[in-house]
Amino acid sequence: MALSNVLETPAAGFNFDNVARNAALEGLFEGGQTPKPLKTGTTIAGVVFKDGVVLGADTRATSSEVVADKMCAKIHYIAPNIYCCGAGTAADTEKTTELLSSNLTIFSMNSGRNPRVVMAVNILQDMLYRYRGQIGANLILGGVDCTGNHLYTVGPYGSVNKVPYLAMGSGNLAALGILEDGFKPDMELEKAKELVRVAIHAGIMSDLGSGNNIDICVITRQGVDYIRPYQESEYKDNRKMKYKYRPGTTPVLTEKVVSLKLEVVQETVQQMDTA
Amino acid sequence: MNTRGLRSQLKDSIPVAGLCPQGQYGVQDTLRSGFTSAKNELLPSHPLELSEKNFQLNQDKMNFSTLRNIQGLHAPLKLQMEYRAARQIQRLPFLPSSNLALDTLRGSDESIGFEDILNDPAQSEMMGEPHMMVEYKLGLL
Repeated sequence: MALSNVLETPAAGFNFDNVARNAALEGLFEGGQTPKPLKTGTTIAGVVFKDGVVLGADTRATSSEVVADKMCAKIHYIAPNIYCCGAGTAADTEKTTELLSSNLTIFSMNSGRNPRVVMAVNILQDMLYRYRGQIGANLILGGVDCTGNHLYTVGPYGSVNKVPYLAMGSGNLAALGILEDGFKPDMELEKAKELVRVAIHAGIMSDLGSGNNIDICVITRQGVDYIRPYQESEYKDNRKMKYKYRPGTTPVLTEKVVSLKLEVVQETVQQMDTA
Repeated sequence: MNTRGLRSQLKDSIPVAGLCPQGQYGVQDTLRSGFTSAKNELLPSHPLELSEKNFQLNQDKMNFSTLRNIQGLHAPLKLQMEYRAARQIQRLPFLPSSNLALDTLRGSDESIGFEDILNDPAQSEMMGEPHMMVEYKLGLL
């Protein structure tokens, strides 16, 4: 029974109190002027090569028609041997990958082992399915563990695909065309990096939502090489002159110095144990 | 509206509008919840609202029934006895309790989910009035 003066604390987790209010407010704004969440409108790609996995991503984040971030990092750290590229709503991919990374860190501290890529995929799948696609995160997970080199994709509803090469995001059609044409199993490192670069470049050229620079992340058994940026966009703007004000631009009219008198009221000395 | 499947979508408690309105001081909070309507209070406002409210219960039910099928009736009985005992260890009614024993039994002390980050009851900004809460708990109210 809900009495008016007895407090019932709301349950932990998502709070749905404001949903009805938001729906009503959206109806008031004609023409859809409600703020849209920041989407990444992306091209991300991944390729399995002989010694590991190469992941690539562009760096543009859009908010409807405006480029909100020209240098956003779409390749997220999950574990020392697992990295994840995220497409979809920027906040959702960030938070989901952070949660995943925390869970895997707890696991590896408990068991003393490096996490495997299948574990990351299973945790993600459970989490995303639980929220029935309301969390808009399309993720490409790549990593090297004791069982080999793996590349997985997880969709927003929790669907999982294990493939040797893939591309996601709004620019994935162009990137996938390049990958389909150029992929061979057991490639060398330089060829794999070049293939991913060309695929992301195709996505950037053919899709409005992708652009700016290209980031590449190479994961091998020896370690991770996160190259950011791997290739800078040739359309970078160069400032023609410096726009900072030189010192002395604002004239000083008057100057008044008031000294602050402090007196010592109490002094305590604490011995520091330096043994 | 098809009323056949409605029962499964209804929220658990059905406070009738006008008799027991939500909001502070017993008055309908028009700014937050809009005008009173029976539909607002019966149907969930978000597709995830019901499934999230009952998520932990459903997980437990599924796990216990699997355990019963594999190991027999004694396994879920013993576990549920332990859960019940752990659930009784709480602080005073108006203070949030950490539920450490319950978390350890469930295994959720080794994983982080949205319920640990968002809306943490230990960091809630509202506290019930101590006297009222204790009297309510003891049934004197």
